[in-house]
Amino acid sequence: MSDPQNPAETRPAPGRMARAWQSDLAYSFRHSPVAMISALVVAVLVLSAVFAPWIAPHNPFDPGSLNLMNGFTPPGAPNAFTGDTFLLGTDDQGRDVFSTILYGMRISLFVGFSAVLLAMVIGVVLGLLAGYLGGWVESVIMRTADIQLTFPAILVAMLIFGVAKGITPPEYRDQMAIYVLILAIGLSDWVQFARVVRGATLVEKNRDYVQAARLVGRRPFSIMIRHILPNALNAVLVIATISLALAIIAEATLSFLGVGAPPTKPSLGTLIRIGQGYMFSGEWWILLFPALTLLALALSINLLGDWLRDALNPRLR
Amino acid sequence: MMKHLLLAATAMTLTMGAAQAETLRWARSGDALTLDPHAQNEGPTLAMMQQMMEPLVLRNPAGELEGALATSWTVNPENPDIWTFTLREGVTFHDGAAFTAEDVVFSMERALSENSDMKGLISSVASVEANGDYEVIVTTKGPNPLLPASLPNILMIDKDWAEANSTVDVQDVEGGEETFASQNVNGTGPYMLVSREADVKTEMTRFDGYWGIDEFPMAYSDIVYTPIQNPSTRIAALLSGEVDFIQDVPVQDLQRVEDSDELKIMSSPQNRVIFFGMNVSDELVNGNPEGGNPLADVRVRQAMNMALNRDAIRQVVMRGQSIPAGVIMPPFVSGWTEELNTVPATDLDAARALMAEAGWTDGFSIQLDCPNDRYVNDEAICQATVGMMAQIGITVNLNAQPKAQHFPVVNGLESDFYMMGWGVPSYDSEYIFNFLYHTKGDLYGTWNGTRYSNPQIDEMTQAIAAEVDLEARDATIAQMWDIVKEDVVYLPVHHQMLNWAMRNEVGAAVDADDQVKVKYFTID
Amino acid sequence: MLAYIIRRVAQSILVLLITGFVAFSMFSFVGDPIENMLGQERTQADVDRLRGQLGLDQPFVVQYGKFLQQAAQGNFGLSYRQGREVSAILAERLPATLELAFVSGLLALGGGIGFGILTAIRKRGFSSNAIMTLSLVGVSLPTFLIGILLIFLFSVELGWLPSFGRGEVVDLGWWTTGFLTVSGLKALVLPAITLGLYQMTLIMRLVRTEMLEVLRMDYIRFARARGLRERSINFRHALRNTLVPVITITGLQLGSIIAFAIITETVFQWPGVGLLFINAVQFVDIPVMAAYLMMISVMFVGINLIVDLLYFAIDPRLRVDGKSGGH
Repeated sequence: MSDPQNPAETRPAPGRMARAWQSDLAYSFRHSPVAMISALVVAVLVLSAVFAPWIAPHNPFDPGSLNLMNGFTPPGAPNAFTGDTFLLGTDDQGRDVFSTILYGMRISLFVGFSAVLLAMVIGVVLGLLAGYLGGWVESVIMRTADIQLTFPAILVAMLIFGVAKGITPPEYRDQMAIYVLILAIGLSDWVQFARVVRGATLVEKNRDYVQAARLVGRRPFSIMIRHILPNALNAVLVIATISLALAIIAEATLSFLGVGAPPTKPSLGTLIRIGQGYMFSGEWWILLFPALTLLALALSINLLGDWLRDALNPRLR
Repeated sequence: MMKHLLLAATAMTLTMGAAQAETLRWARSGDALTLDPHAQNEGPTLAMMQQMMEPLVLRNPAGELEGALATSWTVNPENPDIWTFTLREGVTFHDGAAFTAEDVVFSMERALSENSDMKGLISSVASVEANGDYEVIVTTKGPNPLLPASLPNILMIDKDWAEANSTVDVQDVEGGEETFASQNVNGTGPYMLVSREADVKTEMTRFDGYWGIDEFPMAYSDIVYTPIQNPSTRIAALLSGEVDFIQDVPVQDLQRVEDSDELKIMSSPQNRVIFFGMNVSDELVNGNPEGGNPLADVRVRQAMNMALNRDAIRQVVMRGQSIPAGVIMPPFVSGWTEELNTVPATDLDAARALMAEAGWTDGFSIQLDCPNDRYVNDEAICQATVGMMAQIGITVNLNAQPKAQHFPVVNGLESDFYMMGWGVPSYDSEYIFNFLYHTKGDLYGTWNGTRYSNPQIDEMTQAIAAEVDLEARDATIAQMWDIVKEDVVYLPVHHQMLNWAMRNEVGAAVDADDQVKVKYFTID
Repeated sequence: MLAYIIRRVAQSILVLLITGFVAFSMFSFVGDPIENMLGQERTQADVDRLRGQLGLDQPFVVQYGKFLQQAAQGNFGLSYRQGREVSAILAERLPATLELAFVSGLLALGGGIGFGILTAIRKRGFSSNAIMTLSLVGVSLPTFLIGILLIFLFSVELGWLPSFGRGEVVDLGWWTTGFLTVSGLKALVLPAITLGLYQMTLIMRLVRTEMLEVLRMDYIRFARARGLRERSINFRHALRNTLVPVITITGLQLGSIIAFAIITETVFQWPGVGLLFINAVQFVDIPVMAAYLMMISVMFVGINLIVDLLYFAIDPRLRVDGKSGGH
């Protein structure tokens, strides 16, 4: 695989490479309307989630501020009892749907980002270790990965959720549910990262420059981080983007199975789970708006991931 | 959209109506767990078995006791411990065997056996003996004026059939063997089992040798029972004409069903009251706030009672499908009065004043444990309660979880504030005091998670169980209700309404216990 | 070779044991089965008696040991919920899940390969962009919502397809099939689409990427230069080379089909093992949960083992795993 005749191609200076990489990416971005629109949608949604407390007209997470009598107010019309009007209507608890979506998205994104980060860190570290060290370490890590890859991810998440909920003292469960979700989704999603990083490590570790670095006396840790990892970064980035969309959807799916964010602090997934109960009853806004938001969010992230994969894969251009 | 639906529905009735007119396609959220009449004391299980097996005495849809396999019953005027049941003659089981007193003795003893789940219902029975073919003598351990009312869920099976198929004993799960009775039926009921796939489909057909075939409408010749777990799918199946009759209708979908030209709703107050229990002892499970357990102070409990806006819950969360409750006793239970059920007016100022008087001006925080798969909109009610308690400064953390996790917390005395519901199969107040107000112990107060312990109530509870003088008994019960109402041991929320949704032609008879009895159904 | 196989089999068994151990440690957190098994008139004595009978008063390690001991003899005990033999219940439910998984797998494979080729050949066409985007819509909504939307449209509004169950099934003695009746086939449509959508998107994308890569390879260029017709290049040369990774991935995706069947089956009241598992979780039916998880593990560890051994047989250098590298 290695090409000793052309060392410059196999070992470009990281700084230059990064710059070229970025300008290439920027070029591709400017020429892809889909990528630009998706990025815009993601940016708007993420920002409105981050600044929800300043944008949202109500705080749906403060039970004391809710008036149950506002429940089921249609969008834009005054409530029959209280006369209050809400842009996107209210849900079964009298919560403003618009505000609840913003706050819910905060939770969905927080869970999504944290879970992917967790999965990435675990996957990258284990992948590097497996690829670089080989032997029984590799055996154990990759066997676990095999099993996890075939063992249904939602089941893994349900298992983790069950155990974590059990060992958390009840008074903290409300707050813990979200962290448990992160743990559950993150731990069920690290395999892809590990596989890719290990693959790249296997390819790179026998290359001359790594051998050279080893001879010079660099420590394995530094070799892995500084020389091997950058070669896998593109792939990791693509996987991370797609995993983010998957993690947000996974959270929604788990909430249908009853292992999601608590109803008093709902995520988008919890809102959809609640909303689907009103599918036939005429209160369409309780389902429609959260579902559209989730769709816009996940779809844009997926499209971005798609574009990123094509853009970072020179052979597809 | 609506038009589409109507067209589709009309087309479907035209094509399928005539051919299947006599089959009742019935769906609800869960399946019967077994067909063994004494193995599971559980609503959906009993509801299905009621079609195929019968008790001595049943409760008709109006809630009155009616003779089924017994035509009359009397208590010995000399000795109130001895009851005589006269059996219906000429009754046959599905396999043609005659129904006699020895079958009653066998079934009752089976229901009293160790592995039976029904023995709690008839724990007052000491012995059952046959006196000839058509008379049964039941001896109780002490006077029990309510014996007949405890019998509607004790179903009768054929002794010879059980012996021939070695299914005399109720299954014990640990034994590791399936029993014949859990999957086969030989009862005297109006419908016979045709086929059953657990959790999928159960088919029944009219029993032509049924003793009451001319007495009851019995309009349906066949029944197909399907569990459909997901509420949206269940309502979709009714709207699309795939089933004729569903139980467990989500309250938000009632309007849609009412609006349809093909469908209707039938309602009745249900034999189930929903309430909150509070830890009234000195110590909270999760540690007292400074100043002790606020819930031990009756003024705090009164304040919470006033802050609970039952009307809002009824209107919004329950869509009008509840009756606000002032007492944790379903209507039509003996001892119930309008006055007892008076709901405290929602008065936040008065409630805050009471909180201040009790020394909790700044409120406190507490965890509310709540099931999320047990009662109608249970989680939503708890969520609404969180908001209402916040109005008087009580910060409530909601811990909603499946019933399999919720009830162990309540019964293990690990909850300080919890939701619960209660139905009263005997239609008598004693049942409520026995389980919910008596000091918690091995035999009494088994569902009392409040730590409430009042020696006077304990004593009276045990006394009314054996009181034969009905007038004195009623007076004691009224006095007991006054005491516990004063003490605000529970926060009553509401009585659930029961809703069945069905095609227009189904003439159902709604039953407060949610126990379908198809023999009373007509086709209009 | 033999040594390798023995080692792999031993590893697989170890994995099974660990999975079981984790599963059993979890059961006590799911809830208390006693609450569901006894009516509300039960006394404390009844509770204690039943707990003792079921061995629930023992530490979970002991329960696990007992389970293993019985499972080794092919006995998975009685379901707490139905009082029937777990193995019989699983055997009764498995055909429904397998038929559903089979049809949705077929759908995913057929649709995925078809659309994948289309979008690869017409790389920049409008239709291929539309397909690519639409397929992403399908995976950007949770499965349960897609299922309910399909029911709403095709069962309630249009009245074309059933909303629940398997329709009429034909009992072949050891297998019940919905393939032989019209209502059985109709009942399969919506659940199969719901379940297969995600995998279809995945396969489509994989086929497209692989095709695009292969189409750039030198031998394809040579073929083109030699004047071979496009159709022949696309299908005889390019497609054939993309199929190996597609089939590998499809095999590995079987896991997620079975897992997502839990949700699809709940939405459509499909009487398979997924619905059985969800019911078991709600009821804390430990024998059923344990047997289901064990069955799933055996299935997947088995698939993994077979895939590995196949690779080993084909090419010993590939011993470690099939596809690697992110470029």
